[in-house]
Amino acid sequence: MNAHEREMARQVVLDPLVDNNPITLQILGICSALAVTTTLAASLLMCLALTTVVAFSNASISMIRNHVPSSIRIIVQMTIIASLVIVVDQLLKAFAYDVAKTLSVFVGLIITNCIVLGRAEAFAMKNPPLISMLDGLGNGLGYSLVLIIVGATRELFGSGTLLGYSVLSTTNDGGWYYTNGLMLLPPSAFFIIGMMIWGIRSWKTAQVEKADYEISNAHHSEVV
Amino acid sequence: MEAYLDLFVKSIFIENLALSFFLGMCTFLAVSKKIGTAIGLGAAVILVQAITVPANNLIYQNLLNEGALAWLGLPDVDLSFLGLICYIGVIAAMVQILEMVLDKYFPALYNALGVFLPLITVNCAILGGSLFMVERDYTMSESVVYGVGSGAGWALAITALAGIREKLKYSDVPGGLQGLGITFITVGLMSLGFMAFSGIQL
Repeated sequence: MNAHEREMARQVVLDPLVDNNPITLQILGICSALAVTTTLAASLLMCLALTTVVAFSNASISMIRNHVPSSIRIIVQMTIIASLVIVVDQLLKAFAYDVAKTLSVFVGLIITNCIVLGRAEAFAMKNPPLISMLDGLGNGLGYSLVLIIVGATRELFGSGTLLGYSVLSTTNDGGWYYTNGLMLLPPSAFFIIGMMIWGIRSWKTAQVEKADYEISNAHHSEVV
Repeated sequence: MEAYLDLFVKSIFIENLALSFFLGMCTFLAVSKKIGTAIGLGAAVILVQAITVPANNLIYQNLLNEGALAWLGLPDVDLSFLGLICYIGVIAAMVQILEMVLDKYFPALYNALGVFLPLITVNCAILGGSLFMVERDYTMSESVVYGVGSGAGWALAITALAGIREKLKYSDVPGGLQGLGITFITVGLMSLGFMAFSGIQL
C-alpha cells in the first residue's frame, strides 16, 4: 500500500461516520434503525449483523463485478446478499437466540436494507475488493454510530438501564427516576433521529437542504 | 368472518407497517413530496403485497415448513432456513411478471405506476409483510386479508404524509431541520396519532 492508497482507505472508512452518514444524510437503512433500538443490546447485535453483511457483500460483489452482465446485476447482488443474511441469521439463532428473538423479522430485512444494495451499486461495482470491503465497513460503522446513540438514549431514559444494568434507579425500585414510557414506543425513535439530524446539520452546515420556497423578507416600508 | 375483519382493521391501523413497524421507510420518506406520486406508489404496494404475501404463504406451507414435504415422502425435512432467499426471489419475480402483465393489458395503470413498480422489490414493507406472515403462522385466507390490509395501511400512511408535506413546504423551518429533519418529526407525530388506535378491539 502506498501513501495514496492508505489515504483513500482512511477516507472510505471515516467519511461515512459523520460527513456522509448513511442514515442522516443518504437516507438509507432507516427502517431497522428505528425498529430495533428499544434496547442497547439489540442495537449492538443489529449493528454487528449489518456491518458484517455490508462488508462481505461489498467484497464479494466487487470480486465478480467484471463478470456480471449489467442487465442481471441486481438479481445477482440480491442472491449474494440474501445468502450472506441467511448465514448471519443462522449464526445469531445458534449463538444469541434470545436477542435474535427480539430482533424478529429485522435480521431478515437486512436483505432489503438500502445501505447494502446502495453501497453495492454505488461503490463495489466500480472498485477493487479490498477497498470495497473497507467502504462497507465504514458505512456499517456510520450506521452503527447512529443506532448506538439512539439505542442508548431510548434504553437509558425509557427504562433507566444500559445493557440491562441499572444506571438511573427507577421509582419502581424505590429510586428517584420516573421512567419515560414514550421512549420505548415507536414515535420516540423518529424524534431522536430528527433531533440528531438537526444537531449534525447545525454543526456541518454544508449538509443543510435548500428550502423549496424562500420566505421573502419584506422591508417594513414596502408593507406600508 | 369476524376474525378476518379484525385482522384487516388491525393490519391497517393498529399494526401499521410504516408507522408502528417502520417498514419501507426509505421510500416512505423519499417519495412523499407530492400526493399524486404517493397515491401511485401506495396503489402499487397494495397490489404487490396482495399477490406476494399469499404466494409466499403457499411456498412456506407446502415446501419450506418443517414437515411440509411429507407428501414427497420426506417428513423430517425442514427447509425453513431457505425462507429468506425464496421470499425475495418470489417478490422479484412477481414484480417483474406484474410489470409485464400491466404493460400489456393495463397500459394506463402501468404508466401511472411508472418507476415505482421495480423499486418495490427492494421496499422492506413487502418482504416484511411476508416475514410477519411466516412468523405469525397465518393460514392461506388470513394471508390474503393480511396482504391487502397491510398494503392499504402503508398506502394510507404515505398519502397522509404527502398531504402534510405539501402544506409544510410553505412554512419557515429552522435551517438544520429543513427537509429530512422536519419530515422525521412529522412522521413521529403521525405515529403518535396512530397509537391512539392501539386500544381498539373488535
